[in-house]
Amino acid sequence: MRKWKSVAMSMIMAISLSLVGCSGGADPAQETSGGNTTQDGGTSQPAESAASTQDTLIVGRGGDSSALDMSIVTDGESSKIGQQIYETLLDYKEGTTEVVPALAETYEVSDDGLTYTFKLRQGVKFHDGTDFNAEAVVFNFMRWHDPNSEYKFEGDSFDYYNSMFGPPDNRVIKEVKAVDEHTVQFVLNKPQAPFLQNVAMPFFGIASPTAIKEKKEKFKEEPVGTGPFMFQEWKRNDSITLVKNPNYWQEGLPKLEKIIVRSIPDNSARLTALQAGEIDLMEGLNPDDLTIVENNPDLQKFTRPSFNVGYVGFNLKKKPFDNKLVRQALNHAVNKEALIQAFYAGQAIPAVNPMPPVLLGYNDEIQDYPYDLEKAKELLAQAGYPNGFEEEFVFYAMPVPRPYMPNGQKVAEALQAEFAKIGVKTRIESPEWAVYLDDTQKGEKDHIFMLGWQGDNGDPDNFLYTLLDKDTIGSNNYSFYANDELHEILSAAQAETNQDKRAELYKQAQVIIKEDAPWIPLVHSTPLLAGKANLKGYVPSPTGSESYANVYFE
Amino acid sequence: MAAYAIRRLLMLIPVLLGMSIIVFSIIHAIPGDPAEVILGEKASEESKQALRLELGLDKPWLEQYGIYMQNLLSGDLGNSIRTRAPIVEEMLPYLAATLELTVVSMLIAVFVGVNAGILSAWRQNSWFDYMSMLIALIGVSMPIFWLGLMEQWVFALELKWLPSSGRMNVRDPVEAVTHLYIIDSMLAGRWDQLWTVIKHLILPGIALGTIPMAIIARMTRSSMLEVMRSDYIRTARAKGLAQFFVVYKHALKNALIPVVTVIGLQTGQLLGGAVLTETIFAWPGIGRYIFDAISFRDYPVIQSGILVIAFIFVIINLLVDLLYAKLDPRIKYR
Repeated sequence: MRKWKSVAMSMIMAISLSLVGCSGGADPAQETSGGNTTQDGGTSQPAESAASTQDTLIVGRGGDSSALDMSIVTDGESSKIGQQIYETLLDYKEGTTEVVPALAETYEVSDDGLTYTFKLRQGVKFHDGTDFNAEAVVFNFMRWHDPNSEYKFEGDSFDYYNSMFGPPDNRVIKEVKAVDEHTVQFVLNKPQAPFLQNVAMPFFGIASPTAIKEKKEKFKEEPVGTGPFMFQEWKRNDSITLVKNPNYWQEGLPKLEKIIVRSIPDNSARLTALQAGEIDLMEGLNPDDLTIVENNPDLQKFTRPSFNVGYVGFNLKKKPFDNKLVRQALNHAVNKEALIQAFYAGQAIPAVNPMPPVLLGYNDEIQDYPYDLEKAKELLAQAGYPNGFEEEFVFYAMPVPRPYMPNGQKVAEALQAEFAKIGVKTRIESPEWAVYLDDTQKGEKDHIFMLGWQGDNGDPDNFLYTLLDKDTIGSNNYSFYANDELHEILSAAQAETNQDKRAELYKQAQVIIKEDAPWIPLVHSTPLLAGKANLKGYVPSPTGSESYANVYFE
Repeated sequence: MAAYAIRRLLMLIPVLLGMSIIVFSIIHAIPGDPAEVILGEKASEESKQALRLELGLDKPWLEQYGIYMQNLLSGDLGNSIRTRAPIVEEMLPYLAATLELTVVSMLIAVFVGVNAGILSAWRQNSWFDYMSMLIALIGVSMPIFWLGLMEQWVFALELKWLPSSGRMNVRDPVEAVTHLYIIDSMLAGRWDQLWTVIKHLILPGIALGTIPMAIIARMTRSSMLEVMRSDYIRTARAKGLAQFFVVYKHALKNALIPVVTVIGLQTGQLLGGAVLTETIFAWPGIGRYIFDAISFRDYPVIQSGILVIAFIFVIINLLVDLLYAKLDPRIKYR
C-alpha cells in the first residue's frame, strides 16, 4: 500500500515536471518552418497568405527606436523605421551613398553655391491624406531651424539639424522659402559642400504639418510621412508594426502588405528566432555564426557595404604618444589580416586610411605601414627608446560590440601581445560604455584606446573633419590630434563646391594623416545580416538603414 | 490586524524616501554624461550643452532631487530623457509584462519546488531525494543566460514545440488593454492567441523560475524534515493516520511558514532582477527597461523604475508578514 502511494506521488511529480517541459507540444502540422506558413509558436497564418506567397516581413534587430519623429532622434534604430515612414527631398541610391532625387525631382545650385532650388514631385500625399507641397517642406525646415518654433515640444531638440546645418547662432541655412506650390528655395549663409548629402539623410524626412499641429507631443509616437509604409502600432521594446501605404506615389511599391520590426537584444537568440521561422530577416549576425547561416539552405546572408572604420587611437596628450615615431612604430606592429581572420570571420577589409574606400576622395595611392616588428623596433630606437618602455600603458578596449568592433577585448588582447613584442607593455581596461566615452573624450586615463565610426551622410568631411580636425578636439577627436596644415585643407574642402577639387583636397589630407599616424586604422568591416532564402529585393545600405519598399518573398 | 497593516503601510514612506535619496545620489555619482550618451558620439558640443540645459542637468543634484520629488508628489514621474515620453505611461506595459512573467515563473517554481521538497523529505535519502537535491543544486548555480539559450535551442529550434522569443504572435496581435496578454486575449475572445501567449510564457517562465524553484525545494525539504521529527507528527503517525495526510495536512502547514518568506523574497527579486531572462527571450519587461535606462544614463527612468520596484517589494513583504500571521496565530503582531 505504501509503495503504491509513493509511486503515485512520483507520478504527480513527473507530471508536474513534464507539464512544465512540454505543454507546448502543439500538433506539428502548424509548425512547418522555412516555408510560407511561418509560425510564431504554432499559430498558423491567415489562410490567404498561407496559400500564396508571404506578404508580411518580420525583421529582428537588437534594440528599440527611441522616438519616431526623425528630427529629434540621433540613433540608427530610429532611422531604420523612419526610412519606411518618411521620405527626404533627396535620397541615396540603393546600396550606395550617391545622391538621387526623391521627393524633389530636380534641383539647381547657383554658381556661388548659396542658393539651392528644388522642384518637388507632384501629386504626393501624406498618410493622413493631406498634400505634400512646398509649404510642407518649409514648415518642416522652419520647425527645426527656428529656436522658438511652437512645434518644438518640451524636451525635444533637433540635434541632427544643429549638427549638420549649424547651431542657432551659426546656421548654414539662412532661409527656406516656397517659391510656388512645387518649388522650394534654400538660401545659405555660406557654401556647404556636403549640403545635398546632408539633405538626403533620413533625419530630415518630411513629416505632415497637419499631423504635427494636431498631435503635438504625441507625434513622436504616431508619425505621419509620405513613405511606402504607414505607422500602425508601437509596443515599446517589443515590436513596431507598419502597413502598406496604398496611395504611395511609386507604382507597384511597396511590395509587402505589412512589416513588423521586433527587438530581440541577444544576437544568438535572434539567430535562433530566424532559424525557428519567427522572424524573416535579422540585423547584427555574429561573424562567428556565419557558418550556421551558410550551411542552412533555408537562409541567406546579406552584407552591408563597408561604411565605417574601426581604429586604435593614441592619446597625443600623453607621453610618449606625442612622438610621431612611437606612433609609427606601433603602426608597424599590427597584423591586420590576422585580426580580420580571427575576429571578423574574414568579413572586413584592412583599413589604410581613416575613411572607407567607397567615399569621394579616397586616396588609394597611400601605402599602409607593413606588419614588420624589426622596422617597429628600429623606429622606437630612433625615437630614443631602444629597449621599449618600463611603464605599463593603459589600453582602453571597447566594452560593447559594434559593427566595426565585434569583440573589443579580444582584439585588444591580440594587439597587446604584438605590442609587447616590441617592448610596449599595456594594461587593458574596459569600463562601462558611458564611462568609456567620457574617459576617452577627456583623455586623462587612457594612453591608447579603441573606437570606430559609422558614416552618417556619405561625405568624407564626416570622417576626416569630424574625427581628426583640431576643431573637433573635445568632441570626436579623441586623439587630441591637431595639425594646422590639415586644418586648412579640411576647411578649404568644406567650402569647395567643385567635387573634383574637393576630392583632391581630401587626398592630400590623407597623406598628412598617414604620416602623422594619430591612429592605427584597423578595419572597414562589412556588417552581416541574415534572412530567409526566399526573401528578395533587399539591398542593405552602407548608411545602416534602408527602405523595405522593394522587398518581397518568392 | 488592520491597525498592524496600516502601521506597516505608513512605514513605507520613510523607507521609500530613503531609497529615493540613495538612488538619486548614486546615479548622479556614477560617471558618464547623459547628453553624450543620448546624442551619441556624433553630436556637437553645442547641442549637448543645449540638451543639458533643457534637462536641468546643469543644476546641483540636490535641486534636481527637489524638483523630482515635487513632481513625484503630484503623481508625475517625469519624462524619459531618451524617448522623451512620460514615464508613468511608458512604464505600465513593461511592468505588466514582468508581472505576467513573474507570476508564471513563481507558479512553476512553487508548484514544482514545494512538491519536490516534500517528497524529498518524505523519502529522505531515497534516489528521488538525491536526484531532486542534485537538480536543485544545479538549478541554483546555473547561469540563467546559458539555461535560456539551451531551452531555445532544444524546444524552439530542434523540437519546434515552443516559440523562442517575444510575448505573442505578432502577425495578428490582440489589442493591449491591461498589457497582461493572458487577460487581454481572453477579453478579446481570442483563444488562439491565448494559447500562443501561454506558450510564449513557458520557456522564459522556466528560465526565470529555476533559481527560486531550487531554493524553494531545498527550503521546503529542510523545513519538512524538521517538522516531521516533531512530536505532534509522531502522534499523528501513531494514531495510524495515512502517511499522505500526515505529510500534506499536518506537516505541510507548519513547514510552509519559512517557505512563504522565501517565496515572497524571491518574487520581489524576480520583479527587478529579470534582466538576463528578459534580454534572451526579448521580453519587454521592467528589468530591461531599467537596464537600458542605466546604459543611457536616463536618470528619471532609473529613479522611478527603482522606486516602483522597491514599492512592490515592500508591499510583497507586507503581504508575507500578514500571511505569516495567518498561518501561525502564535505570531503576535506588535
